[in-house]
Amino acid sequence: MSTAVREAGTTTAYDVAAIRRDFPILSLRVYGKPLVYLDNAASAQKPRAVIDAERDVYERGYANIHRGVHYLSVHATDHYDAAREKARAFLNAEEAHEIVFVRGTTEAVNLVAQTWGRANVRAGDEILITALEHHSNIVPWQMLCDEKGARLAVAPILDSGEVDLAALERLLTPRTRMVSIAHLSNALGTVLPVKRIAELAHAAGALVFVDGAQAVPRMPVDVRGLGVDFYAFSSHKVYGPSGVGVLYGRTELLDAMPPYQGGGDMIRSVTFEKTTYNSLPYKFEAGTPNIAGGIAFGTALDYVTGLGLARIEAHERDLLAYATESLAAIPEVTVVGTAPEKAGVLSFVLQGVHPHDIGTVLDREGIAVRTGHHCAQPVMDRFGLPATARASFGLYNTREEVDVLAGGIRTVLRMFR
Amino acid sequence: MSTDLRDLYQEVILDHSKRPRNFRSMPEADRRAEGYNPLCGDRETVFVDMDGDVVKDVSFQGAGCAISTASASMMTESVKGRTRAEAESLFERFHDLIVGKGGESGDESSQLGKLAVFSGVREYPVRVKCATLPWHTLKAALDGDGGKVSTEDEGPKAESGGA
Repeated sequence: MSTAVREAGTTTAYDVAAIRRDFPILSLRVYGKPLVYLDNAASAQKPRAVIDAERDVYERGYANIHRGVHYLSVHATDHYDAAREKARAFLNAEEAHEIVFVRGTTEAVNLVAQTWGRANVRAGDEILITALEHHSNIVPWQMLCDEKGARLAVAPILDSGEVDLAALERLLTPRTRMVSIAHLSNALGTVLPVKRIAELAHAAGALVFVDGAQAVPRMPVDVRGLGVDFYAFSSHKVYGPSGVGVLYGRTELLDAMPPYQGGGDMIRSVTFEKTTYNSLPYKFEAGTPNIAGGIAFGTALDYVTGLGLARIEAHERDLLAYATESLAAIPEVTVVGTAPEKAGVLSFVLQGVHPHDIGTVLDREGIAVRTGHHCAQPVMDRFGLPATARASFGLYNTREEVDVLAGGIRTVLRMFR
Repeated sequence: MSTDLRDLYQEVILDHSKRPRNFRSMPEADRRAEGYNPLCGDRETVFVDMDGDVVKDVSFQGAGCAISTASASMMTESVKGRTRAEAESLFERFHDLIVGKGGESGDESSQLGKLAVFSGVREYPVRVKCATLPWHTLKAALDGDGGKVSTEDEGPKAESGGA
């Protein structure tokens, strides 16, 4: 357990200095400047506990899972299954078998589109998404619609970056089979009213899939409280290894879905005439997974749970408010995405300076931000922008780092004005 | 500003990015092409008016970063009045310069003239595409296919590296 968590046991103070010591990379200097890592929405850095956990698997507990009778295989299987149970508890799912391990959120969307979608979507049916989705929550549905002759409907967003709920409600029809939405927009920072949208969708007879990639590191998530049917997120954004992710689905839905990929581990018995499939969740987990990554992902969930998602949420809310205020003091800055409910993400443009140039200059100041379309080209088109610069916060960022960012932006302006 | 950044954003480049030359539409041009960099959203149109084999006039329009805008602006100044073969050969040398191929011989620089100010780009591999987008677009216009070019059409060659 981390120093920060142990200290937090006796006090409610959020000791960000101690937390930062848990992340070895944060002491790095780039181009001679202290690293200011504000690209957490792309991927988060890893605490020592996660790095150690992954190394420990290979040094002391590695073998293939669900196969051998020998000590190491049993050991690795136990730890991998323990990570699944941690993910269940983390999302407040009912059963551990409702947690399907995948490579990440993108694969989770593709899995549902290719299995549930292929079995249930017919010509003339509709899939409803919103205008703020990441490409990974657009393209898999588009592919499904193309294949089936179904229609992809898109609920518009307002100038603030909020989803137009009235329009979304109008777009729900008796043909709507699935409503697939982000919990938190990676490009705008908007938090979507998932519970409300789920109620509307269910009232119309549709299912609900939630892309929780950005929300899971930033707020407590309770899939049963939200009333959603599917929920997906990625380990690497919640301080775990990349290449691991979770698809949550309700038991009855997963049970009724055909398998995803064929192969080992997903079968019960195979003959050349007939194969019977394994039970949940293994039916969807063909092939040897990222075993060490999965186990270290469990450690990442322990880490954020130890700090407390509600406290992380409060810390990032403070940072976002402070950053929004600091950037508002610079007249050339326009913040893109001004919804009342936002978290973790601050997209902005500078008058007269292209985001690409902002990114290059900030980089030389040691500041890592993302510039570009953030895999959300329709969002950029909606705002008439080719790209934005995006600062996104993590549990280890500080107000001082926000000050460095504001200073960096002033440097950019001096240079290009 | 750090010395490194001065190597990239030289005064001449900043000047051309703020006040791009030949930045206009040319409806009467006999050739045009659109260039697009999907990684940063940059789009530009290059217009070319040929007189036989000679680039009689050339202009561009669009929105891009400082490097891409300055590159387009200086490209139009460099190729105007040149033959098609000369323009293409200039692109080759320019390309070699910014990917750091062929060394820094004074001979090379003198052939490139003012375009040599882009030598700093070689230290910023992710910005190479910004500098070459206008040139690829010019080449598409000269090839006369009137189509669109994308920085992502080339495959994983020397210019790989995203935004």
